[in-house]
Amino acid sequence: MFMRKHLIVAAALALGSSAAFAQAPNLGKPIDPAEITAWDISILPDGTGLPPGSGTPAQGAPIYAQKCAMCHGIDGKGGVNAAVVGGGPIKDMESAKTIANFWPYATTIFDFTRRAMPWQQPKTLTNDEVYALTAYMLALNKLIGENDEMNAKTLPKVKMPNRDGFIIRFPDKL
Amino acid sequence: METTPSNRSKQEWKRLEVVGGNGLLDRRAFLRGGAALAAAMTGYTLVGSAAAEPLADDPWSREPGTLVPAYGVPSRFEKNVARTLSNPKGEPRTQHARTPHHLINGTITPNGLHFVISHAGDADIDPDKHRLIIHGLVKRPLMFTLDTLARYPMVSRMTFVECGGNSAPLFSNEPIQASLQALHGLASCAEWTGVRLSTLLEETGIDPKAKWLVAEGADAPALSRSVPLTKALDDAMVALYQNGERLMPGNGYPMRLLLPGWEGNMNVKWLRSLKLIDQPAMTYYEARTYAPILPGGKAYQFYFLQEVKSFITHPSPGMMLKEAGFYEISGIAYSGNGRISKVMVSADGGQSWAQAALQEPVHSKAFARFRVPWNWNGGPAILQSRAWDEAGNVQPTRAQVVALRGQTTKVPPVTAFPGQHYNGPTSWAIDNKGEVKHVYA
Repeated sequence: MFMRKHLIVAAALALGSSAAFAQAPNLGKPIDPAEITAWDISILPDGTGLPPGSGTPAQGAPIYAQKCAMCHGIDGKGGVNAAVVGGGPIKDMESAKTIANFWPYATTIFDFTRRAMPWQQPKTLTNDEVYALTAYMLALNKLIGENDEMNAKTLPKVKMPNRDGFIIRFPDKL
Repeated sequence: METTPSNRSKQEWKRLEVVGGNGLLDRRAFLRGGAALAAAMTGYTLVGSAAAEPLADDPWSREPGTLVPAYGVPSRFEKNVARTLSNPKGEPRTQHARTPHHLINGTITPNGLHFVISHAGDADIDPDKHRLIIHGLVKRPLMFTLDTLARYPMVSRMTFVECGGNSAPLFSNEPIQASLQALHGLASCAEWTGVRLSTLLEETGIDPKAKWLVAEGADAPALSRSVPLTKALDDAMVALYQNGERLMPGNGYPMRLLLPGWEGNMNVKWLRSLKLIDQPAMTYYEARTYAPILPGGKAYQFYFLQEVKSFITHPSPGMMLKEAGFYEISGIAYSGNGRISKVMVSADGGQSWAQAALQEPVHSKAFARFRVPWNWNGGPAILQSRAWDEAGNVQPTRAQVVALRGQTTKVPPVTAFPGQHYNGPTSWAIDNKGEVKHVYA
């Protein structure tokens, strides 16, 4: 019994040590960051990950009309899916969340549009088109000027009105 | 009067200890009373008395049965046991499929009944072409195929997955009359088997600057969520199997991220990429969707945890109690903080409580089945359950939830999501006809 207990403890220690894990199985294939560009599409709020390219509201308008208006309405006013312009003050759970009244970071617009839109053909927009559409939506909401160009430098600097509207629910979980 | 087996057992029941108002019995009644008592229990939909005619052999007893199928499906008489679909034609919006908790029992959700939310359909992935990459702030970015992952040490664990928006109809200012499936069908529980994420991260190595990872799916919207690295290294899993078989397509085939006890949306399905980062990515779903607005206009961010909760599945709306007498009240309880430690049940709207029996074994961050024997006197009753977890958290009252989080000013559609993370109680009123209705009590 004494012996057996010791063996179990020894086995547990071996499993718990990182050296044991590091030796096996090691079956992951090393990858070159250049190989994974198409999947490396997350944009961080500080702009990390934003690709080269640029676009203006004027360049975004015709792309919006062609690829977005069918769901999000003419001039962004909403259709079968959510409006991308407007929105009243956020007061309670019945307030509709919009880009202008709720979204804390402009980078989220670029990130989500590029990965998920248009709904029927996601990941088909060029980076310039995504910048242009982002600029168009921000200008419609008067969050940037009508001639402001959005690129990797300017987009993270856009101040979103509700940036400070959040309370972290469980800070100890972060 | 003749003593039939049925009324003899009723007399036995009457001697059992009543521990709560409106006929709640001691949870150990079954253990003491044995099989005879349990067998005498009336189901919620049974009617009339048995054996009006002499027994005869039915057709299925007089000829060979059907062919055994290669992959079994439930009896043709069980076709009503199905998920409800919010978007059956696949219009360009999210699809929800809800678990029929009132038609199943135990703690495991069968794979075909596990809830699904797909924001742009279920991805149809060829497993041989699927890849998982782990990159960003790691020492060695690595790519894994399903074949290679299958050679890693695996673990199995029981875990519930619950949508952050499950139970949202309970934020309505007035109780919405709907089935349990409509109210709480966006939570399910399965045994998941896969590779610990910490095992894979040991292999890639972690840059000390990494604080989060962003997980991304291979589905059309490449759904992405940020996860604190502490959770990734704690009990996160790259799950490959669900209740023993490969994941269902709607649950992320061939692999998903499993974050036991955390918001369903973060358990990214069709997982293709984990990128370690130094700050949360503020993706659409964390920056906008799963950020519930509080009274006054601020919103919670990074809710993550699915807090302690319970609801009664039997009886529930749509079921009838055909006659007074003995029933089992049963339901499920779970907590993202660990094991359920106690469930109390009331039959008088919360005035008095009886402790429910918990089906062993009770797993951490998994459904626990609770049961209480009940002698319904045929009069009005209000059933309610309340759960505690091993971390000491107690399910709040609805008034407490509303005080903190608010409620709607008008009744929303039952499929709407006015709020998220409702974990207050659910109350079922039984009227003197035996009909079950949703009430606030």
